[in-house]
Amino acid sequence: MATVRYEAASRIYPGTDIAAVDSLDLDIADGELLVLVGPSGSGKSTALRMLAGLETVNEGSIFIDDVDVTLKPPQDRDIAMVFQNYALYPSMTVAENMGFALKQAKVPKEKRDEQVREAARILDLEPFLDRKPKNLSGGQRQRVAMGRAIVRHPKVFLMDEPLSNLDAKLRVQTRTELADLQARLGVTTVYVTHDQVEAMTMGHRVAVLKDGKLQQVDEPRALYARPANRFVAGFIGSPAMNIVDVSSDGSTLQIAGAEVPITDDVRRDLHAAGAGMYAVGVRPEHLLAGPPGEGVISGEVSVVEELGSEAFVHVRVDFGDEDHLLVVRAPGETSIRRGDTVSITFDGPAHVFAATGERLGD
Amino acid sequence: MTSVLHRVVQKVQREKAEPILGQNRLVANLLGLLTWVIGLIFFFPLFWLVLNGFKEEIDANSTPKLFFDPTLDRFSEVTEDTPGVLTFTEAFSNSVWIVAISTILVIVLAVPAAYSLAIRPMKKWRDILFFFISTKFLPIVGAIMPLWIIARDLDLLNTRTVLIILYTAMNLPLAVWMLRSFFAEVPKELIEAAQMDGCNLWGQLKSVVLPIVAPGLAATALLCVIFAWNEFFLAVQLNPVNGSTMPVWVASQESGRGNFLAKLSAASVLATLPVVVAGWVAQKRMIRGLAMGAIK
Repeated sequence: MATVRYEAASRIYPGTDIAAVDSLDLDIADGELLVLVGPSGSGKSTALRMLAGLETVNEGSIFIDDVDVTLKPPQDRDIAMVFQNYALYPSMTVAENMGFALKQAKVPKEKRDEQVREAARILDLEPFLDRKPKNLSGGQRQRVAMGRAIVRHPKVFLMDEPLSNLDAKLRVQTRTELADLQARLGVTTVYVTHDQVEAMTMGHRVAVLKDGKLQQVDEPRALYARPANRFVAGFIGSPAMNIVDVSSDGSTLQIAGAEVPITDDVRRDLHAAGAGMYAVGVRPEHLLAGPPGEGVISGEVSVVEELGSEAFVHVRVDFGDEDHLLVVRAPGETSIRRGDTVSITFDGPAHVFAATGERLGD
Repeated sequence: MTSVLHRVVQKVQREKAEPILGQNRLVANLLGLLTWVIGLIFFFPLFWLVLNGFKEEIDANSTPKLFFDPTLDRFSEVTEDTPGVLTFTEAFSNSVWIVAISTILVIVLAVPAAYSLAIRPMKKWRDILFFFISTKFLPIVGAIMPLWIIARDLDLLNTRTVLIILYTAMNLPLAVWMLRSFFAEVPKELIEAAQMDGCNLWGQLKSVVLPIVAPGLAATALLCVIFAWNEFFLAVQLNPVNGSTMPVWVASQESGRGNFLAKLSAASVLATLPVVVAGWVAQKRMIRGLAMGAIK
């Protein structure tokens, strides 16, 4: 059981001027599952490896349980890590792989075997204890990698894209199992992924990184409902939020001639900021597509993505100088077809971002 | 009998390579034939050498004979102890001792060097690697004079020690190069995982890295053994009398008068056998290691 704290922690790789992780501040509560998410090159893996002790922290500090571990080697941090490629020791059996850390810690053999068996039981690995990693399937290897982490009851679990080598179906299943396991064991976990769905479904809180900088850290729901800036708005949610650049006189915002509904606090901030360029963001579920004439923006349907329970309709809208695709969520078994002309209505207030990317309003 | 034959035919059929799609049958068969011819060309001199070792001198030196009365006399002749001359027992034990110690030294020194060059490379590691191989640029003939003088001044002439030192130095650059490339193939995550599991440097090396590079280690050691076992120039220059090795002993079977071809052949067979055995043993180890499986 432990807390983790990054204090203005930076990593600058030798030979570069740009920080891969730029003065990261992050507080992770005891037992929390925090997901670090971001596109490739965002520094999420580097941030994790800094906590692991596999990367030097050039500036700032990292604390585990309020103990400064910035300068401690990995073996002295009492953390366990699950690697993307699992990094199972090929010359050892499953049991030896799982018991290796305990052996290093000089845990007596009987106790070691007991702990390995216990972990194997939790992960359904008992029949495979005598096998070598090469004789296991991808999913089993993933579980062995998990087993190797949980067997030693570390203070913190670190997971670096642990599901990305599994096929789609197994990934979804393992995702749930992993979240459940973490909740049962109650071990503080830092989880890195590039997949925002994984981040949203697993994380108690999600930290979004871009170019080494923390963009926002919040609960998944809040992240979705109130993205702090344009990047988070576009990154979280699938399909992505419709984001349109518009110029405003400082009182109203219009896209394709239609006024965009905004909340009072956004209007207040807009007035304060005055005329200029803004970005308007609307989630697909906050747009409705209806027959021509009923809505405020009309356009031609270019693609209909039918997912069964719902459908996403891509509508090409003429914005005067250029065409723009708006994605609209429709109910499943929609009658809208490619080539139809539809009219779009707003079904909720829009997000508005200043030219700097910052969110307007609360 | 027929069932045995049947089994052999089946085995041959099973092991026959599948034709590659789009490959011309005739071309494939001709290529197969060519392979056999080249193989036999390589094998024949060795075959003849072994045959000659079992012949009387008169047979070995006359018109090539395939059928003759085999005899072990040449082998007993060459292994006889003649006082004052480098004997087989002496040369053999010198060789085994020198080759074993120098190879162990090479591996012991090359493993840490390869580890640091491959897994924790420092700045300019390429230059360091180049330095290692650059020590082999100078032909050994160019260095023999100073080597001889240094060996003489240190009272090392005609000792096993001088050859151990020189063979270690001779094989070390190659071993570092080879091992570095094997070490470079060890996934970085494995070492990191070992670190997280609380392993110190020695533990990482012993439990994680070495089992993976074992085939490479075997290949490297085998090469060192072969090079050291066959080395002639340094041995004959520095240890012409005492502390000399098998190649010098083989050469000493030539005599100024009379025929010596059969004797020389028998000696060559004896000198070759240990390397063949070492190769066979190392090969088994290599295959076992390679079959151990990769990471994913």
